[in-house]
Order: sequence, then C-alpha cells, then structure tokens
Amino acid sequence: MSTIKQDIRARDTLGASALRPDGVAKVTGSFSFSSDMWAENMLWGATLRSPHPYARIISVDTTQALLISGVSAVLTAQDVPGKSTYGLISADQPVFASDYVRYMGEPVAVVAADHPETCRRALAAIVVNYEVLTPVVDPELAMLATTEQIHPDGNLIRRQHISHGDPKATGEITVEGNYTIGMQDQAFLGLEAAMAFPDSGGNGVELHIATQWLHEDRGQIAACLSLPEENVRLVLGGVGGAFGAREDISLQVHCCLLALRTGRPIKMQYSREESFFGHVHRHPAKIWMRHHANRDGKIVKIESRMVFDGGAYTSTSPAVLINGITHTQGPYQCDNAIVDGFAVRTNNPPCGAMRGFGVVQACFAHESQMDLLAEACGLSAVDIRLKNAMRTGDKLITGQTVESVAPVERCIRETNAIPMPEPLAPNANVLEFPGGSGRTADRHNIIRGIGWGVSIKNLMYSEGFDDYATARCTLSNGVASLKFATSEVGQGFVTLAPQIARSVLGIDDVVLETSDTQIGSAGSTSASRQTWMSGGAVDGACRLVRERLFEHVGKQHNIDPIRLMVENTDIIDTVGTFRISVAEATQGITLSETFEHHHRETEDLDENGQGNCHVAFAFVAHRAVVDVDIELGLVKVVQIATAQDVGRVLNPLSAIGQLEGGIAQGLGLAVMEEIIMDNGRVKNPSFTDYLLPTALDAPRVVAIMIEEPEPQAPLGAKGIGEPPCISVTPAIVAAIRAATGKKLSRVPVRPQDICL
Amino acid sequence: MNESLGNEMYTLHINGQDRPVVDAWVGESLLYVLRERLELPGAKGACEQGECGSCTVLMDGDAVCSCLVMAATAVGSDIVTVEGLIEQNPTMAITAQAITSQVTDVQQAFIEEGGVQCGFCTPGLIVAVHHLLDKNPDPTELEVKESISGNICRCTGYGRIFAAVEAVVQVRKANS
Repeated sequence: MSTIKQDIRARDTLGASALRPDGVAKVTGSFSFSSDMWAENMLWGATLRSPHPYARIISVDTTQALLISGVSAVLTAQDVPGKSTYGLISADQPVFASDYVRYMGEPVAVVAADHPETCRRALAAIVVNYEVLTPVVDPELAMLATTEQIHPDGNLIRRQHISHGDPKATGEITVEGNYTIGMQDQAFLGLEAAMAFPDSGGNGVELHIATQWLHEDRGQIAACLSLPEENVRLVLGGVGGAFGAREDISLQVHCCLLALRTGRPIKMQYSREESFFGHVHRHPAKIWMRHHANRDGKIVKIESRMVFDGGAYTSTSPAVLINGITHTQGPYQCDNAIVDGFAVRTNNPPCGAMRGFGVVQACFAHESQMDLLAEACGLSAVDIRLKNAMRTGDKLITGQTVESVAPVERCIRETNAIPMPEPLAPNANVLEFPGGSGRTADRHNIIRGIGWGVSIKNLMYSEGFDDYATARCTLSNGVASLKFATSEVGQGFVTLAPQIARSVLGIDDVVLETSDTQIGSAGSTSASRQTWMSGGAVDGACRLVRERLFEHVGKQHNIDPIRLMVENTDIIDTVGTFRISVAEATQGITLSETFEHHHRETEDLDENGQGNCHVAFAFVAHRAVVDVDIELGLVKVVQIATAQDVGRVLNPLSAIGQLEGGIAQGLGLAVMEEIIMDNGRVKNPSFTDYLLPTALDAPRVVAIMIEEPEPQAPLGAKGIGEPPCISVTPAIVAAIRAATGKKLSRVPVRPQDICL
Repeated sequence: MNESLGNEMYTLHINGQDRPVVDAWVGESLLYVLRERLELPGAKGACEQGECGSCTVLMDGDAVCSCLVMAATAVGSDIVTVEGLIEQNPTMAITAQAITSQVTDVQQAFIEEGGVQCGFCTPGLIVAVHHLLDKNPDPTELEVKESISGNICRCTGYGRIFAAVEAVVQVRKANS
C-alpha cells in the first residue's frame, strides 16, 4: 500500500523524508490560502490602476463611484492618514499615486463594495484626468543627467564600482560579449490576496496576508496607517508560492485602509492580469563583460559593466545590483577585476526580488564568457571551468575570503559523470520533439546540443544587515510546540521545523503555532535563508529547552545534567545506567524558551567595492542536453544533470523538490518566459501570453546532492532554494548554441533568435 | 446584494448533492459560485483563462476549467470537485497511518512522493490525475505529461508529480 514509506521511516528527524504536515489539507482542498478566506459581513476591495506608464494626474473624481448601490468606500491618496509612501529599502513608492503615475498599473484608488462585479463597476465610474507624458524607458538614457528625472529621488537608484587587484593586468587572450536578460515574472500560482479585520473603535487592524516577511510588512503598513505597530497584527494567510514577488507591499496597505474606513472585513484578491502589475519582477539587465586569460585558460582579469532596469520604484534594486556585480567572476578564481554597476529608475514596472536576484543575470554573462574562453583556448567547457574552479580560502573580487565549503570542482566532476540521455529515437513520439503538442517540428531538422553552467550564490542578506530569526519552543507532556513568524510559502519550513525539534528533544509530537507577529521577526523567506536562519532559531530554542529539561531530570534523579543526553526518544546518562523517556520526563512540567539566531556580521562595500559583504556561499553545476528544431527555432530540454553543494540534506524529498522546481524556473527564463515591454506598456499580462513551463516542457532531471557540512551553518545545511535556477539558464542556452552555432546573447532565447 | 446585479436562483448537482444557489448574479463563473457561495474553496483561481488548470473540476465525467464555465449553465450536470473525490471513490479511501484522515490513493501519493509544495495547483492536479487514471489506468510517461500539461505547477518542476502518478499506477496494478 501507499504507506510503505512511512513504515520504513522510523522517526521524522533530520535527514528523513518527513512528509508535509499541511499535505492532507493541500491535497483535499481544505488548506486555507489567503484567497480562501471568508468573513461574515465582509466587503470586497479592488484597485484602480493607471493605464499609462507616465502621466501627470490632473484630477480624480470619485463622486459617481460612491453613488453606485453596494459601494461602501472609495479611497485615494488624500485618505492615507500616515506616511504616503512605502518601500523595502527606500520609501519612494506612493500608496496611491497623487501627482504622477510612473508605471503602467500604478494604483490610483481603491473601492470597497458588496460584490466583485460591483467593485468593477465602481472602478469604471472613477474619473481620472491624466496629462499623458513620454515615458523614460531606456535605462542608459534614464541615468544621464540631461534626461528628465521622473522621481524626486532621481533616476539613478544606485551605482557601485568594484576595483580589485591590478587594473592594468592583461591576458594573452581576451573574449568579450554583450548580454541581455529579459524581464521574468515569478508567476506564483496563488494570486495576491488578503483579508483585513478592523479592530473595534478603528484603532487597529488584523491582516491575514500571503507574504514573505510579516514583520517588514507590519512596519511599512503601520507607518502608512499612522498606527503604532502593536495595533497592527499580521497573520500569515496560506501562501501559494512567492519566489520573491511577495517581499514588497502590494495590497496590504490598501486592504487595511478599506477595513478601517468601512469598519468591516475586507477581502482583496488580484486577478492574474492585475498580478502582473501588482508585484515586482526580475530585473531586465544589460551586461558587457570582458575576460582576460592566459593561453592555458587561466583567468587573469575580468571587466564588466552591468545595467539593471529597476523600473519606477526602488524596491530591492540596490541589493540586486550588489548581488550582480559581486558575482561577476562566478565560481572561478580571479585576482583582478574592474566592474561598474548601475541600478536605474525608468517608467517600466518596478523590479525587485526574484529567486537568485542579481546573480541570475550575472551568471548568464559569466557562463557565456566561459564558453567563449574555452573556445579561444581550445579547451572543453568542462576543462575551462575545472581550470579556474574556486576553492575554499580563495579571495573574491570584493576582497572577501570564501570561508564557505566550496566544492566547485566536485560539482563539475560529479555532474560530468552523470550518464547522457539516449539519443532521440527514430520512432520517437512527436510529443518528445521540440514544440511538443504543437507537433510542428520536423524530425530531420532536430539537432542535439550539450551545454554547461556553473554558479556561486551568496546566502542570506548582505552589506551589514543585522539579520536574525526568532523561534520559541515550548515542551510539555511529551509535546513540543513551536512558534515562529517564518513565512511558509511552499518551501517546506513547516516540515523541517518539527524535524529539528524531534532531533534535538527526542519527542515525536510537534505542534506548530500560528505564524504571526505575536513573536519576534523571522526575517524574510528569501535569499535561501530560512533553513539557516529560522532553522537556526528553532534549533537554538529547542537546545535551550533541552538544557532546562536535563537540569530538571538531573535534579529529580540526582544526576549531573552534563552527563545527560538524548537518545532517540529517551534521556540517558553517558554511562548508560539511567534511562527515561522524554514523554515521561516532561509530564506535568512546561519548559519554554525563545531564541534569536543571528548570522555573523557583514560589512558595507567601500568605494572600490571592497569589503566582507556576504555571509556565505553555495555552488552548483548544471549540464543541459537539448534538442533544437533549427528551422522553426523550437527547443526541447531533454535532460538536466546537476550536482549541487547543499551542505547537508535535511529532508531528501523536500530537497529534490527545490532542485527540480528551480530548474524549471531557470528553463523558463532560458527559452520562454519574458514580460514583453513596449514603450513602458506590458504587452502580455496573462498566462495565455506569458508562457510557463508545463509538464511537457519538464526535462528529465538527474540530481546529485553534495554533502560537505557547512561549519558556519547551524544545521550544517546551506540554503538550497536559489542555486538550482541560476546556472541552468546559461547551460540551456549554451546547449542551444552548440546545436545551432548561433551566438545567442540574450535570454529568453526566442524562436526568431534561432531560425532567422 | 446590490439589486442591479439581479437575484438568480438555480440548483447545481455537486459531489452527489443538490446545492441551491440563491441571490446570484447570472454572470458568475462556476469557480466563483463553488468558492464564494457553496463553501467549496478547493478549486482555485489562478489565471481566469483556462490556462493553468488550478480550477479543474469534473463535469459529467470531463475535466473542465471551472473558471470558464458559467455556473448557471452547469444546471443539470454532474459536478465533482476535489472535496468530493473521496465520496465519489470510496473504494480508494486510505487512512494514512501518520495522517489519520481519509484521502484517495492519488492524494496520498502526492503527499508521499513530494508532489505538493505551495499546494495551490494541487487540487486541480489531483482532479486531473483521477480523471486520467479513470480513463487510462496504465498511461505511458508521455500520456501522463500530456494529460496534465494543462495544469501549471510553479513550485515542483513536475518531477515529484510524475513520481506520484507512477506510484498510483503501480499500486493500482498490484491491487487489481
């Protein structure tokens, strides 16, 4: 029967493929996503958005909308009681546009009404007079002082220079290229949704919200509402994926404002089209890169210039920029570098966090360069990478020493040892051809190609940010209860946290309390940080409780607590003469401890881009095998082989899910996913026109997890969420190059890039 | 209710029961009525265009996107949602040891094989896989891929979902 796996899994401790505690609810449809909430007497909220990428607002008239039967409130900028702007790094984004709209889809007003259809009619009845302006959409032009500054803070969001080693160093061989990365969408399935409940008296609000970071949201919301933070309570609503798109505020402030104004619960949820306008995207980037190398292929110097289009507001652009430029060298040794990076404001949609932020863009450039270098030196794609592979103790171009375990060579060698897939069979089903169910590829035009990509990714936040996560463990009568504000977005922290508690405490029953702001911050579910950070916090809290338990047991049984330890579900002493089950030992007592896990301090970069700005690093190699129809420009990714540096596998089932899921997103960026812009206008805000990988696009993934425990990490495990999606993209593009002989310097690769 | 939106009344046959729908606006989709009027939120809305499959339900034995069906046109049809699969397939009910609630074999396999991450696509996929295996108990790998290619999953990359389907096929074969 289908319970075999549970039978052979003795206990769901660390290292076991424990099953998701929310699994049953999710497969039966009873799990409550934030869009599933319903309340007595609730109203629906909806948002009026700018149809223009850049315009001056002359007037907003809400009179007619308010007259519609069923409409309870219409709010605009003048109804924001507190701070009129918000933002993760710089509060430069208005809650509602009042003087200018700076991107297509920027919120101008919200309504509350009794039915979504009433909301739609009310939005249509709001009259906004715009003076339409010419949008600034080219980042190169936008950063010029002579160009119109579209925001009081100016058009240059951040510039950072890196100068390392000898700037005059040259190599016998140089290769260079210009690379373009398109705007990718996170495209989580669970659309933005929230429900806000006003406190009686209107002095507070409780918001149930799908977010990546409850406490950061709370701070920004409270400031805009002009309420003390303690009067704003956030509860994590069920989150249907995130991938970076829920790190910024979307409907949070709007929903709370409507609840406070109407005194009734407000439900808001975006449509898919609205979602494309309602959250930030992956930065489009243009990167020039030049590698100097000796004739044997050893890298001497790298020069690069990177321009990230931040769109209309700052979001996380400064961090994305730093990630990009500090990862210029990739997972390779490099003593000399000159890099210039720019994050620029335009009238395009705001861009911010998405899985692998900044590093995805840099990696496409450096891996394309490595293949050029291999060709110039007469080496294979594997040999050029092995020759330059970074090791623990090497210095980055920021001057920072890589203290993390850095098994780059092993990643490459183990990936290389994975068997190649069978050739496309002569009698293969057309569904296996490029183009899939379109059945348009011609067997004779299909050529196979192989390509490589290897990457380095920083883990956690950088540049001096005092990052921490909080957790509380309460142990009583053999049951541990865990409390944290960590956002479960699908990654499986709700599976991991009980595994940690079982391992540390020797109990099997673990209860998870509600994730909300009634405990300290857990930080964001992003930057591959929660296993390390919140995992460290849960581990720390459980260890504190275990110490107190040993003291209690020691006192009761007259044993020095230092001699006690947990073995399976028992407490024993080190000489083996004492044994009591944890369940029995905790009868009638309650032990509770809270722990904050901080990672080591990091530094800002100086004016030359030097400084220990990152916490730790993870590495991965990808090898892609693709079939390409060279006439029609269609690509089928046949196999992805990968070996990833994970530190330690804490849950094999969860880990493989992260690897395969990340690979699918990297495949999307390689060959299909792009938000297409036309002079500031989004042309494809729907799942009909923005293509996502389907089951037929999924390659066969053969994955190896390299376990070399990371000494810095509380559980020995590195974050594994981002690396899978980073170097798979250049690997796929390299494979298409191998099949077609085309240069292919942009992603996604479009059919016309191959066949024209 | 806003009177200008009308007050339609009709009855749908869902998960073996007659479910009256009152005071509805005639423009409401089946997805909206299931979720907002009949307390059946299992079907999810994620694209409103029939592209993602999150809202998949069975209608007279066919897998359909409930976002594309006007609720008022579904009168007279036999509708099964993810919430009704267990009643519709009582012989498949499994009480998992560690779980102590009843799920179908497909649901169990999704949990055990890691086919669930954020879970938003999951109800639609569960319905789609039941539909596939009811019609084709021994599908090839390509038939599986094609049959669920209308269900977008953004988290898993599909690998564990394929594993879940394969596990169900093997268990059903062994039991038949």
